[in-house]
Amino acid sequence: MIAFVRNVRLWFAPEQVREEGSTPDYRFSLANERTFLAWLRTALALIGGGFAVDQFLPDLRWGWRVGLALALLAAGVLCSLRAVNHWMRCERAMRRGEDLPASRFPALLSVVVALVAVAMVAVVLLGWAG
Amino acid sequence: MSAVRGVADRDPGLQPERTRLAWRRTTLSSTVAAVLAVKTALHGGASAAGIVACALVCALWLAFLLLAHRRIRALAATPAPTALPPRQAALAVLCAMATAVCAAALVV
Repeated sequence: MIAFVRNVRLWFAPEQVREEGSTPDYRFSLANERTFLAWLRTALALIGGGFAVDQFLPDLRWGWRVGLALALLAAGVLCSLRAVNHWMRCERAMRRGEDLPASRFPALLSVVVALVAVAMVAVVLLGWAG
Repeated sequence: MSAVRGVADRDPGLQPERTRLAWRRTTLSSTVAAVLAVKTALHGGASAAGIVACALVCALWLAFLLLAHRRIRALAATPAPTALPPRQAALAVLCAMATAVCAAALVV
C-alpha cells in the first residue's frame, strides 16, 4: 500500500522518474505504453459492461441489476488504477535494468470475470424457468 | 534515393504506428462507453441529474480524445519518440475512473 502511494506521487513528477537509471530503448517504452492502453481498454470495456447490464437486463430485479452493474464499474476502476500503477512499475524497472514486476492481477481478474459470466448464465436460465 | 533511405530509417517493427493505433482503439472504447452513458441517461425519461452526468461523460470523452490526439502527434513528430509522460497516463486513467463514477450515478 505504501509502495502504491509512493508510486502515485511519481505519476505527477515525471522529472523524478527521469533521474532514475538510464533511458531504455524507445521501443520497450512504446511496448509498455501499448500494454497500458490494452489494460485501459479492458477497464473501459468493464465500465461499458456495467452500462450494458443496467440497460439490457430490464427483467432483472432492481437489487441484482444495480449490484451487478456497480460490481462491473468497480472492477473497471480497479483495472484502470492497476493499469497505470503497473505501467509505472515496469517503466522504472526498465530504467534501473531490473526484472519486470510479476503480478497476480491478470489471474484475479479472469477469475472474477468467469464468476460473473457463470452468474449471468444462471440468472438467464432461472429467468427462463421462472 | 531519399525514399529508400526513408524506409531504412523507419523502425521495421512499426512500433510508433502500432502505438498510435492502440491509442485509436482505446479512444474507440471510450466512445462506446460514452454512447452507452447517453443511452442510459435518455432511457425512460431524462432527469436533471441524468443530463448532468451525461454531459460530464461527454466532456470526459472529449478530454480523452484531446489527450490521445496530443500523444499521437508526439509519436509522429520524431522517429524515436520519448516515453509516455506519467502525467498523461494518469490523466487518461482519471478520465476512465471519472466515467465510472458518472456511470454509478446514472445506474443507481
